[in-house]
Amino acid sequence: MRGWFLPVAVLLGFIFLYAPIISLVVFSFNDSRLVTVWGGFSTRWYGALMNDRQIIGAAWVSLKVAFFSATLATIIGTLGAFVLTRFSRFTGRLLLTGMITAPLVMPEVITGLSLLLLFISMELSLGWPAGRGMTTVIIAHTTFCAAFVAVIAQSRLRSMDESLEEAARDLGAGPVRVFFDVTLPVITPALVSGWLLAFTLSLDDLVIASFVTGPGASTLPMVIFSKVRLGVSPDVNALATIIIGFVFVAVLAAGWLMRKQMSKGL
Amino acid sequence: MNAGKVITGSAPWRGTAWAMGKLGLSGRTLVIAIPMLWLLVFFLAPFFVLGRISLAEAIIARPPYTPLFERGPDGSLEIIASLENYRFLLTDALYRNAYLSSIRIAAVSTIFALLIGYPMAYFIARAPEPRRSLLLLLVILPFWTSFLLRVYAWMGFLRSNGVINNMLMGMGVIDQPLVMMQTDFAVYIGIVYTYLPFMILPLYANLTKLDGALLEAASDLGASPMVTFFTVTLPLSLPGIVAGSMLVFIPAIGEYVIPALLGGPDTLMIGRVLWDEFFGSRDWPVASAVAIVMLVLVVAPIMWLQSVQNRRGTE
Repeated sequence: MRGWFLPVAVLLGFIFLYAPIISLVVFSFNDSRLVTVWGGFSTRWYGALMNDRQIIGAAWVSLKVAFFSATLATIIGTLGAFVLTRFSRFTGRLLLTGMITAPLVMPEVITGLSLLLLFISMELSLGWPAGRGMTTVIIAHTTFCAAFVAVIAQSRLRSMDESLEEAARDLGAGPVRVFFDVTLPVITPALVSGWLLAFTLSLDDLVIASFVTGPGASTLPMVIFSKVRLGVSPDVNALATIIIGFVFVAVLAAGWLMRKQMSKGL
Repeated sequence: MNAGKVITGSAPWRGTAWAMGKLGLSGRTLVIAIPMLWLLVFFLAPFFVLGRISLAEAIIARPPYTPLFERGPDGSLEIIASLENYRFLLTDALYRNAYLSSIRIAAVSTIFALLIGYPMAYFIARAPEPRRSLLLLLVILPFWTSFLLRVYAWMGFLRSNGVINNMLMGMGVIDQPLVMMQTDFAVYIGIVYTYLPFMILPLYANLTKLDGALLEAASDLGASPMVTFFTVTLPLSLPGIVAGSMLVFIPAIGEYVIPALLGGPDTLMIGRVLWDEFFGSRDWPVASAVAIVMLVLVVAPIMWLQSVQNRRGTE
């Protein structure tokens, strides 16, 4: 692994990763309807996007679902991680360990189908949830996102200095107080990245949402998928460019902030 | 300087503790109960519903499957369950081929992801610090953008009048456009592309821990870089290879979006068959049985991985 082979392989790898994204962005400014033939610079597809009520509506649904799912998933995932790292013995510990990590590897089609069948049986026997829509999508997303939050929170809780919590307890703080005044502030950065990951995953999900949603609650990936299935369309390129731009700016800003904090801490 | 906060902070916590004591709930039980109940209801229970419907028969009604219990003519409660759907799955060539071709496609993609990912992970692990973080960020960055849109990007790339064909024809390498879209090749590319970060990250984590002294010792003893790589680096990075391969292989088996967008009509993958069975034929019991068999298929490699890791842990 020396000489020219390694750098060339790495360069090709990065070209493989970025060439499709770059071409997606370039052709979003293409005047021609043919997505891959250059017909001059234009921003007409961005204009078309702004007038597309279906896409704007679906984007709004997706953002709301992602916000609530990420928030609920952060609460449930953190509680799960806390219980598993701090309580060494309780009934069902093994069960909880399995249930909290299994959604990570569960194929989306299985999660989607099984949750839909659950919602339908619950509706038939309990009368809740009445029909399917945003609520059922939020429940489904919360469940699989909580697994990701739990993994992040668990690794932070394991690596944190437990003597801080012990000190607080020795000084007379109750368990709830120790959690909110000592544990929570320490693990907050991990929870923020967990929330962001959950938000992204929810925003990105097509398969699970397609199963558990109902009329009037189409998410953005569902609308994109139905457009893209018929072939490439330039307004999807414009939408992709906006999303990619947003993500790149957010990730770079987060990286820059973390570096600044780290240099301040040193 | 935090004295004020400490005094005001204590009151609400004492209040909460008091209220919970009144309800006869210990805080500990409540904290365990929230994630436990949520996952029991919304993660575990769905599998029982899935299993139960896989034993039913499809009927034209709401819901479109036979009930599990039925009143017999004499008023007794009868259980109606049959393994008919499973027998159907095992005897019908379509499903058997779909399972086998999912495993094949996932395995081939995993090998390609390893071949592309290993040199990248190795290079990044050896890079000096400021560059290393930057390269790692570049690997993760596409993962944060939409998965669906990254698959879509390849549609524009692989089409007969897409970027690759236009480029090759422009350079005069070919005069007929290559057919790449709607083939298994396009599906391999799609899977490798989307899951590459999952291969690189565990490999990178493993390779950074590699002790440089071992490599020096090997070369001091006269081993060529090639020999050192194959006798020292590669065997030591085996746990990273296994972890990365599983992270690509397992989700690839159940993949729906990639074969639906990049594959042809004859690209059989089990996730796609399940989707069509449910949304197309509306046969819920067969779709449930497909899901149960797929679950077994996915759980088996995970159990194997777990046992390998446990053995490694005890050694």
